[in-house]
Amino acid sequence: MSGSTTSQFKENAVRQLADVDLRQALTKSKGHFTGGRQNAMDKLPEFDALRDQARDLKDHVLENLDFYLETYEQNVIASGGQVHWARTAKDAQDIVLDICRSVDATSVNKGKSMIGEECDINEALEANGIRAVETDLGEYIIQIRNERPSHIIAPAVHLTKAQVETSFRETHTHLDPDRILEEPPTLLEEARTVLRKKYFEAEVGITGANFLVAETGSSIIVTNEGNGDLSQLLPKVHIVLASIEKVVPTLEDASTFLRVLARSATGQDFSVYTTVSTGPRRSTDPDGPEQYHVILLDNGRTGMLGTEFHEMLRCIRCGACMNHCPVYQSVGGHAYGWVYPGPMGAVLSPSLLGVDEAGHLPNASTFCGRCEEVCPVRIPLPKLMRHWREREFERHLTPRAARTGIRLWAFFAQRPGLYQMATGLQMRLMGWMGRRKGRFSSVPLAKGWTKYRDLPAPEGKTFQQQWAGRK
Amino acid sequence: MANPRVALFVTCLVDLFRPSVGFATVKLLEDAGCAVEVPRQQTCCGQPAYNSGDKADTKAIARQVIEAFEGYDYTVAPSGSCAGMISKHYPALFADDPEWAERAQKLAERTHELVSFLTDVMGVEAVASQFDGAVTYHDSCSGLRELSIHDQPRRLLGSVEGLHLRELPDANVCCGFGGTFCVKYADISDRMVETKITQVIETGADTLLAGDLGCLMNMAGKLQREGAGIQVRHVAEVLAGMTDKPAIGEPSKD
Amino acid sequence: MTAGRDEILGAIRRSLGRSGPVDDSRAAELRARMAKPARNLIPARADLPPSEVIDLFRSQAEGVFATVDRVADMSEVPQVLTEYLKRENLPSQVVMAPDPSLDQAPWDNQPLLEIRRCLPVESDMVSVTSAPAAIAETGTLAMFSGADHPSTLNFLPETHVVVLPVNRIGKNYEDVWDLIRQRIADGEGDLNDLMPRTVNLITGPSRSGDIEQTLLLGAHGPRRLHIILVDSDDAA
Repeated sequence: MSGSTTSQFKENAVRQLADVDLRQALTKSKGHFTGGRQNAMDKLPEFDALRDQARDLKDHVLENLDFYLETYEQNVIASGGQVHWARTAKDAQDIVLDICRSVDATSVNKGKSMIGEECDINEALEANGIRAVETDLGEYIIQIRNERPSHIIAPAVHLTKAQVETSFRETHTHLDPDRILEEPPTLLEEARTVLRKKYFEAEVGITGANFLVAETGSSIIVTNEGNGDLSQLLPKVHIVLASIEKVVPTLEDASTFLRVLARSATGQDFSVYTTVSTGPRRSTDPDGPEQYHVILLDNGRTGMLGTEFHEMLRCIRCGACMNHCPVYQSVGGHAYGWVYPGPMGAVLSPSLLGVDEAGHLPNASTFCGRCEEVCPVRIPLPKLMRHWREREFERHLTPRAARTGIRLWAFFAQRPGLYQMATGLQMRLMGWMGRRKGRFSSVPLAKGWTKYRDLPAPEGKTFQQQWAGRK
Repeated sequence: MANPRVALFVTCLVDLFRPSVGFATVKLLEDAGCAVEVPRQQTCCGQPAYNSGDKADTKAIARQVIEAFEGYDYTVAPSGSCAGMISKHYPALFADDPEWAERAQKLAERTHELVSFLTDVMGVEAVASQFDGAVTYHDSCSGLRELSIHDQPRRLLGSVEGLHLRELPDANVCCGFGGTFCVKYADISDRMVETKITQVIETGADTLLAGDLGCLMNMAGKLQREGAGIQVRHVAEVLAGMTDKPAIGEPSKD
Repeated sequence: MTAGRDEILGAIRRSLGRSGPVDDSRAAELRARMAKPARNLIPARADLPPSEVIDLFRSQAEGVFATVDRVADMSEVPQVLTEYLKRENLPSQVVMAPDPSLDQAPWDNQPLLEIRRCLPVESDMVSVTSAPAAIAETGTLAMFSGADHPSTLNFLPETHVVVLPVNRIGKNYEDVWDLIRQRIADGEGDLNDLMPRTVNLITGPSRSGDIEQTLLLGAHGPRRLHIILVDSDDAA
């Protein structure tokens, strides 16, 4: 699954809205995430203060990003690892392929990595005859379905268990048709068995990173399943894919982010496995990878630094914004057409894909503000979406009809006398037309409204007219 | 301040569609001891342009509002969305224009949403009105998240004789209005308002209240399209005891 | 890929409005910040007298589906382990970390226990390790890779039993970082001025919610995490 269908957001959304399985799956997950986060917050009085500190720490890192990246690099090298810098997704693919070829790899295990998705690493590997196996249960499910993740931390949140069963039966040809597979525990059992074998076959393990620690040259991954650990411990080579803004100064700083990450994401106080990896195995270590590589990806991020989208680089990818977004919860992640859905995607995707491709996303928001309310690093997501709308308006990328409509309305709004005369006449006419029913079920110029709802009729005389009469 | 001079920012939707909310607002303000005036030079707060990325028009409209509303003790709007626009967004619009930034800031500090103004500024603790029925209340997003309006309407509604409040599950989740969003992304908006009214119906309340006419028209329009038989009103109408007019989108009785 | 490196660093500097690296005084400041890492805000949750820290650790660990036994000293550990394996219908073959701190337990008094002290293989069902540290704040165990503790023991077998002397239970993650820095400073093991290759912070058994958000234990790592708390780490 590669490429983007983000420019077709509207069409995607209509298709997704009609998907009854999706609706069922999203209804199930919604309360789980929002309630979980609330619960975790209620148990931690310092939660909001930690969010402030997390925000400030990221701002500090971004101000000194070059320094921390260089320090991080020095410390990776000092611990025996290698650092590769990738300007683009293609660079990242090439680096991964070079490393794989250097050890004659035929099979690669992957822990969940959104950077991997962003760079289409699996496609690059497969195109070069290297098998890529996703080991996170959710990622595995979508890999066998040839889909993209629909959520950055719960990749298969859009699926029902029945759909997962169907996919397993289609791909796991060894399965006895009589074997009962319909409940989640049996599905997990099947996936665990299949993936267990594959852990021992791979020459290379690829993981993402939640944080890179400059102080120690370490990468940190946070998981619940343990797949990321087996993926990095068993193969000969461990490759870490990380974007440049993942670096933090110290382990203490990482701890602050860890305290808000899982709580915001799943409502856990702490994820099951937080793993700090530093370099390759040491001479006396009985296990662990012999080689440790880190690929630092830019892919458009340096272009966001110092701009009105700078604050987006604070994102720690917890997914709270999409868990709380009523638009995401209506259309699901696939409507967004690429790797990053929901509010964070609505700001990030136009930066990485271009606003021509992803221009719909920042517009498809009511600015309800719930995303900003729950963001652990306090990214003002609605404000950043509005900045994208401003850029589109400046560049005349806003659809012509919408642009004309707004400009025409603004013309009247800036001329109160004319506005009041015109609206006064119009409301009296509409009030008169709607006086019997009190509402309209169809209005030619407001079809977007009346397609799904009635339009309340105005009372008749405007407030301004009546107020003038009262005086 | 015993009898502050209050400028009513009536909001474009109330002005055009539901003037009775404006008069309910005037009554509540006057009952609280305010001298209410309605500056003639007002149309809209500029949000449609602002949220469409049209910054130049937004600023022009904002300047007009600032000029019209300077010189009063307070500006009050029966809408968290419009009050939030003036009090939270106007100052940021003029970040690069110190003179207007200062004027915007001054207006911002004196601008309030109606219900929170009554409780938090005027110290109103109860209203003298009556409403027989079970109502439920939706928290409109801007009022809730930009202006922290949550307890205030509930407190005043609690003082209305005969009124029984049934809390709406997910009352803090957007109804799908979002200004031009509801027309530009009508299909998504429809799913959001459908989810909302399903929960409204499940409360068993016979009246739905909120503090923003945009959200109210959206939810009323959907409830009526579905034939739900639930009346929809602005919270000010109930607090002012001015519920003699038909509810939003309902025909006149005569 | 040095071209990529220079391009990225250059782009960062341009975007931040700098023509080159941070100036010397700033660099010194940032280096000092890393040389003596300050603690940020730490939740007060674990700010308790020692005995309550242990209780907090236990309740937090049990809250994330770990199971806990508590014994007076190492002499009781083998028997408690045998009983646990029996209770859970698990085999009595275990693969144990070659960790000297586990040597203090009288394993020989449980003749049914078959102990191998090496790397785990696919067929191993139960691993036994110690943990050099634990964190009361969230019921978290800390494991450091090294000659005496292969990291795969923490993940491969379906059941992971951890012998934890209670005096190793700290309050917060920061206590673990300090412990590691102390070990590095002491020149312990094979650290050579470096972090252990793998530091695993483990909070409960492996889990997944990827199918309809149903909580399932044992996704890839252990299904069971059993902690034997030891009040005194001297052999009786």
